[in-house]
Amino acid sequence: MKVTVDQDKCVASGQCVVAAMEVFDQREEDGIVVLLNAEPPAEQADDIRHAAAVCPAVAIEVRD
Amino acid sequence: MTSTVNPLDERDAKAPEYPMARAAGCPFDPPPALRDKQQEGPLARVRLWDGSTPWLATRYADQRALLADPRVSADINRPGYPRQAPMPPGGTGVSFILKDDPEHARLRRMVTAPFAIKRVEAMRPGVQKIVDDLIDELLAGPNPVDLVEAFALPVPSLVICQLLGVPYSDHDFFQDNSKVIINRNVTPEQRSVAHGNLLAYLDDLMGEKIARPVDDLLSGLAGRITAGELARDEAAQMGVLLLIAGHETTANMIALGTLALFEHPDQLALLRDTDDPRLIASAVEELLRYLHITHSGRRRVATADIEIGGEVIRAGEGLILANDIANRDPDVFAEPDRLDLRRDARRHVAFGFGVHQCLGQPLARMELQVVYSTLYRRIPTLRSAAELDRIPFKHDGSVYGVYELPVTW
Ligand code: HEM
Ligand code: SF4
Repeated sequence: MKVTVDQDKCVASGQCVVAAMEVFDQREEDGIVVLLNAEPPAEQADDIRHAAAVCPAVAIEVRD
Repeated sequence: MTSTVNPLDERDAKAPEYPMARAAGCPFDPPPALRDKQQEGPLARVRLWDGSTPWLATRYADQRALLADPRVSADINRPGYPRQAPMPPGGTGVSFILKDDPEHARLRRMVTAPFAIKRVEAMRPGVQKIVDDLIDELLAGPNPVDLVEAFALPVPSLVICQLLGVPYSDHDFFQDNSKVIINRNVTPEQRSVAHGNLLAYLDDLMGEKIARPVDDLLSGLAGRITAGELARDEAAQMGVLLLIAGHETTANMIALGTLALFEHPDQLALLRDTDDPRLIASAVEELLRYLHITHSGRRRVATADIEIGGEVIRAGEGLILANDIANRDPDVFAEPDRLDLRRDARRHVAFGFGVHQCLGQPLARMELQVVYSTLYRRIPTLRSAAELDRIPFKHDGSVYGVYELPVTW
């Protein structure tokens, strides 16, 4: 699974961090998304898909 | 000239009034007419207080698509924007909630850091203490008591005051003015005066924070003013937005949520008997979905023609996204009218969707998790002291809730 994030679109809602803390974090200065792992293991797939689904800015893309 | 009626005019003439009324005896369910619209089709026309007839979108998927669409504007000063109430005389300055990108993003990003998940988690012990202290006071005070005044309002007010750096001793002043601003039935003059009061108050505070900055959100904005990144009136407007949005909404979720749990004793028992943080978090999401307190719809205007569900929304036409009925969309939530604290409700749109999705949601979630996991455990016999039909609901507010909730234990 490959994950990408778009920091320009991100509105710092933190929804992805709540959904998958191993994969997403937020920048200290403005809460914008930071990708911790662009190729996470399969067992995190559900959480990551959920993060992409609830991201209000549609800033997370997931490819298999 | 022909005498045939333009079908568009006819549709407008038949447009029902919005907001619609809830059914008597069903204070937790959206208006039945909204459900009818959702079943009839994706888009309908509705009539507002000023006679305008914007589009109403009722389905979950369409609402998310529209709220995330850059051709959809939240700018209240654009012609066609479906206003909740008449424009106050002289207009009012608005903060980023009613602006579009890039202005919206520029301002929002100045205040996102304190709402990051880790920062909010670090506030949890402090919020727990606030909640515990208020419950101590409640138990030592009169019984029965109004839960709104004694608990639901003080919790988020104390929290937002601490975060912003606003003296809590001024709470009567800012709560009274907030109430006027979010009431749908006050005159534009009254709303304008209340807004002016808050703006002047925040401007004074900004002056103080510029002179003597401390470690709080408003001092952070003061620093940006000094650095030339932010105008002082922009800072004051942002302060007003955060102060109002930060306490009224959460307070309504606490009081209305408690009443909904009284009416669903099996669900209340679940919360009373658990210390599982996952169940508590899930309960918060479900209550947000089920109660959907921001019941006046997200308001927007199209800046280009947008095709949706076989209809075309024309550039300049107003749009109302009724998130309350989207949270009851049976295509997304099975048995949507059932309150089920164990369901996975995380996809709800109680905080909106798109770039304007609630900035304060991590804080609101944490506060509600602390409240719902503490109040009923510490006062296991807590119950309503009034019949449901005697409780005054905020049908006239842009945020739904109860004005009063007499409780006993
Ligand atoms: C349970 C409580 C809350 C609910 C249900 C709620 C709901 C909402 C909704 C639906 C919106 C979207 C408005 C739109 O798209 O037009 C919003 C925006 C906003 N909320 Fe909340 N809110 C809550 C708590 C808070 C708190 C605690 C704060 C904190 C200070 C806050 C600050 C804001 C701000 C600043 C915006 C504007 C965001 C933007 O335009 O980018 N809210 N809220
Ligand atoms: S969910 Fe989306 S908008 Fe929110 S922090 Fe993550 S990437 Fe940014």
